[in-house]
Amino acid sequence: MSEPASLARRLEVQLGSKVVSSVERNGETTIEVLPENWISVAQTLRDDPAWQFEQCIDVCGVDYLSYGQTEWDTTDVSSEGFSRGVEGKGAGRFSWAERPRNTNIPRRFAVVVHLLSIAHNQRLRMRAFCEDDDVPTVPSLVEVWPAVNWFEREAFDLFGIVFEGHPDLRRILTDYGFVGHAFRKDFPLIGNVEVRYDPEKKRVVYEPVSIEPRVLVPRTIRDDSRYEQSRAEREAGAK
Amino acid sequence: MEEIRNYTMNFGPQHPAAHGVLRLVLEMDGETVVRADPHIGLLHRGTEKLAESKPYNQSIGYMDRLDYVSMMCNEHAYVRAIENLLGVEVPERAQWIRTMFDEITRILNHLMWIGSNALDLGAMAVFLYAFREREELMDCYEAVSGARMHATYYRPGGVYRDLPVQMPKYKESRWHKGSDLKRFNQWREGSMLDYLESFCADFPSKVDEYEELLTGNRIWKQRTVDIGVVPPDLARAWGMTGPMLRGSGIAWDLRKKQPYAKYAEVDFDIPVGVNGDCYDRYLVRVEEMRQSNRIIQQCVAWLKANPGPVIVQNYKVAPPKREEMKDDMEALIHHFKLFTEGYCVPAGETYAAVEAPKGEFGCYLVSDGANKPFRCKLRAPGFAHLSSMDTVVRGHMLADVVAMIGTYDVVFGEIDR
Repeated sequence: MSEPASLARRLEVQLGSKVVSSVERNGETTIEVLPENWISVAQTLRDDPAWQFEQCIDVCGVDYLSYGQTEWDTTDVSSEGFSRGVEGKGAGRFSWAERPRNTNIPRRFAVVVHLLSIAHNQRLRMRAFCEDDDVPTVPSLVEVWPAVNWFEREAFDLFGIVFEGHPDLRRILTDYGFVGHAFRKDFPLIGNVEVRYDPEKKRVVYEPVSIEPRVLVPRTIRDDSRYEQSRAEREAGAK
Repeated sequence: MEEIRNYTMNFGPQHPAAHGVLRLVLEMDGETVVRADPHIGLLHRGTEKLAESKPYNQSIGYMDRLDYVSMMCNEHAYVRAIENLLGVEVPERAQWIRTMFDEITRILNHLMWIGSNALDLGAMAVFLYAFREREELMDCYEAVSGARMHATYYRPGGVYRDLPVQMPKYKESRWHKGSDLKRFNQWREGSMLDYLESFCADFPSKVDEYEELLTGNRIWKQRTVDIGVVPPDLARAWGMTGPMLRGSGIAWDLRKKQPYAKYAEVDFDIPVGVNGDCYDRYLVRVEEMRQSNRIIQQCVAWLKANPGPVIVQNYKVAPPKREEMKDDMEALIHHFKLFTEGYCVPAGETYAAVEAPKGEFGCYLVSDGANKPFRCKLRAPGFAHLSSMDTVVRGHMLADVVAMIGTYDVVFGEIDR
């Protein structure tokens, strides 16, 4: 890997204000780009001999709803035993009818792209947050890398992110006639319909799911000082 | 004169050459493919969403079931992503074990591929030959994990346990007795490493057998030479990795270029193709089996000489020893917390990739500091490969589509996830 330490800075210098922010951690570089600059930045990264990101390895959607929310209280200790369970809204805890509405939060949906430069042996992660959460939209990169075609279809299918300019934005992984976007955090883990073969009708029929939502292990966040310490030690060691 | 029209043909999802559940809608002009529209997702299980609803360690088993013919490589990408975020160092012996099992997995995968691809193109015998050796390697899976395929052997911080000192033997039964039994057990007198040593000494001659059946075979060459040519530019643009990329002449292998585990310390070569057709990719994969064999031999030699711990001693991430739990309260608490709540991973994101037998298998993890991943995206090589189907098979004959599906080495566990 050629100079991973300076990759973010070099990108900032060349792309200027088109890079909203850049982070380097564990030798991985992440830049954030606004949707309006999405295609032009991608084109620069692919064609400029300094970058040559000729491969788009992966495109995926991320739904930041409920980021950092827990289902288990770790700070207050009570005298009443099992009262640390916090009312959670995790995807495993509700059915299709009970799914949360009014889930608009700022910067909810993001599209994350992983690029690989074979020539420079370098990787880069590029992220764009969709501006409108009701109809999250990002321009399609299919003209830059044809490989993103199916990856964008997948992100559309599972997150409902619309890729403007995509030639064939159909569902790809879920069933024909599927309702909803399965990987959104407000989509129940148990799903909404199940299928079985009906011997009387002599065909497969769809029915609402019969399983109950349940969570075996609550989602817990512990502020663990050990990781901070070990990271500080590693960074000190690297210098 | 009657009007000649294109017609649409449905290939699969229940077709022996569809390698699982590929539904391919083909628009045909006579016997020539005008357009191919693969419909995937018939095996979609929502693995990523399931992983987001479970503590980190409980999803390792799901990774086996993604690409279900290269199980441990998938686990490797996943545990490497977790290790990146946790910042734990894997003991050296565990890294050598992982390197060895990644290569065993590669041979397993390529044996499955060579057998089924040859079967699709009309060569029955190779399948039977390949499964003979596959069985021997699956016994190694079984010896370390108890499961022939879905091992759940890699753990964040190492591997679950050390290699067995005694390779399990066949017992006498109505079917296995006398000289047969002796022959079955002749490699199994010592440890698993002794067994692998015998296997590796024998395996190149077995690869010769497959090559004898196929490499110079006139029918095989007619079905594969100049079929499904992928030029280097196309391979790059369509995000191809692994043998698909190397078959087109691009020397790119993560084991060499971005080494992980112990690949930087073993000696092996990367075969590349010239023409980028199905035949070149066949040659590349066959040579990869020989190279994997070499790597396994080096790993066996190292592992025999260097005993040591195989998982980190950090009890927040890996369970303490049984004996310690019997009389140490602290160890018992660690065990309990680890198997109920799991461990919290510091907030951040990472992408870890391994050179899986099919190409780059990656795992993108986003953590918000919880004991479950916030987002877990699995990058399957077959998904990118299959998306180029339409571009590659246009203008080919219907029978070449079968050759192309075979050479993509598609497995729907990873494509549909």
